[in-house]
Amino acid sequence: MPIRLNNVTHTYSEGSAFQATAIRGVNLTIEDGEFIAVIGHTGSGKSTLVQHLNGLLKPTDGQILIDGEDLNGEKTDRRRIRQKVGLVFQYPEYQLFEETVAKDIAFGPKNLGLSDEEIDQRVRRAMAHVHLDYDKYAERSPFELSGGQMRRVAIAGVLAMEPKVLILDEPTAGLDPKGRDRILSMVRDLHAQGGVTVIMVSHSMDDVARLATRLIVMSKGEVVATGTPREIFRQVEMMEKIHLGVPEAAKLCAVLREKGIDLPDDLYTPDQLREALLAKWKEVSPC
Amino acid sequence: MDERIKVDQVSFTYEEGADPALTSIDMKVQPGEFVAVLGHNGSGKSTLAKLLNALYIPTEGAVIVCGLDTRDESRVWDIRQQAGMIFQNPDNQIVATVVKEDVAFGLENLGVPTEDMPARIESALAAVRMNEFADSAPHMLSGGQKQRVAIAGILAMEPSVIIADEATAMLDPSGRKEVLDTVRRLNRQKGITVVWITHFMEEAAQADRVVVVNQGRIARMGSPREVFQHIDEMRDLHLDVPHMTALAAELRKGGMPIPQDVLTVEEMAQEVCKLLCPSD
Repeated sequence: MPIRLNNVTHTYSEGSAFQATAIRGVNLTIEDGEFIAVIGHTGSGKSTLVQHLNGLLKPTDGQILIDGEDLNGEKTDRRRIRQKVGLVFQYPEYQLFEETVAKDIAFGPKNLGLSDEEIDQRVRRAMAHVHLDYDKYAERSPFELSGGQMRRVAIAGVLAMEPKVLILDEPTAGLDPKGRDRILSMVRDLHAQGGVTVIMVSHSMDDVARLATRLIVMSKGEVVATGTPREIFRQVEMMEKIHLGVPEAAKLCAVLREKGIDLPDDLYTPDQLREALLAKWKEVSPC
Repeated sequence: MDERIKVDQVSFTYEEGADPALTSIDMKVQPGEFVAVLGHNGSGKSTLAKLLNALYIPTEGAVIVCGLDTRDESRVWDIRQQAGMIFQNPDNQIVATVVKEDVAFGLENLGVPTEDMPARIESALAAVRMNEFADSAPHMLSGGQKQRVAIAGILAMEPSVIIADEATAMLDPSGRKEVLDTVRRLNRQKGITVVWITHFMEEAAQADRVVVVNQGRIARMGSPREVFQHIDEMRDLHLDVPHMTALAAELRKGGMPIPQDVLTVEEMAQEVCKLLCPSD
């Protein structure tokens, strides 16, 4: 179910003294199976943009088509679309409320009116996706868990709806490096093995360099660039001008090229740089 | 000279009977030092921060800040004036509707005479380069700007120590940089001692010293160069090393003689250049 945005604009508090346009004239198509990273600094409109994709916000102008259907059309069943487009908010663990992990994850599927057996299956599958052992955690209170575990419970709650498109708004904020890795490798698996389209808002250029198939770069409410990490991260000057910067590996690549080392201009991960540098080293190394 | 902060055999337990959050911590911070504290979620590093300005009192042992014992209730306000704390969420730290009034809040609590306030507020806002926003509404500011206002609020109290508990966790890369740069400048120019708790290895790489906390104990302490050489150990502790340190290890494995203690892009570029740059 491709997602298409036609000239989408959103103005908060239109007509009041606090009127502010958060996104302006956004045109985008997101195809099935993409892993999209939305990047841009605070206030650039990233969260506003993704909250449109499951109908949480309505554009003040323009149109959003999901699978060809107008998301905000009069006859559209938005509830059904929300099941297919799951949104994980920033700090989603603040929204946990049930007595046990299993009940919290089951909350969404229960509202779908599924059988108890189907709900149980979905809870088990969702917990497996986020690497939480069912026997160990299902009956625990979510509030006894660590921050990283609580966040995984919250994500499992969205996964239990079995969405086709998964949107995550800064899913690793505030986590330690191990917690960040766990969340990211889980998202990568959902994309690679589960066939889920992923749209992830992130502040970490190094993470998106590793994971995303395409980047959407936002600045001041507009999409200023879109392309593969390779295409975007070679534009070091543009990325620095909008205060985003590039991954450390891309920065190193640019500095080494300036110093006269003959490297391609489109290396952006540590692995690519390691290979290119070792190849160069072999050329000059005496033995 | 005496140390700014002395943590002497400190243990801390939240509730009687519970496992201790911290056990037998010994740590000293010298005047003017910039110390980063690393540790995974739940390792006890925030508990440690809160012990440093008497938000918590040790269950065992003592915390001495600028010569003041945090167990002495009569000196709590002196300690908090000496050791100001910035927290993670910029929105939870702003109390007033105008930036300069927010900075004044701490001064009012200290009983600073009203006529002395404007000068102190102005110099505090200038120090974090926010003076042009003195009359702005805090909610119109970016996250990084809000954190700088929070820092100004602390600076107005003329502290000798700033404790930052993941002050950059909720900020974007440019906000993170502006807050860290601000604190580093205050450290260098005003000699303010800094305890910087973070999950970002690249930030810790800029500190004079790194303290690694694990399961309520200090697992390692040393310069960033020493600490980040222990790549496997850091990853076992659910932490990491700066990207360039990890790349250095990979290049060494491939036979390229890059020193293992590289921390930054600039250092890495220099080392690579020694081996590969065209000689002219």
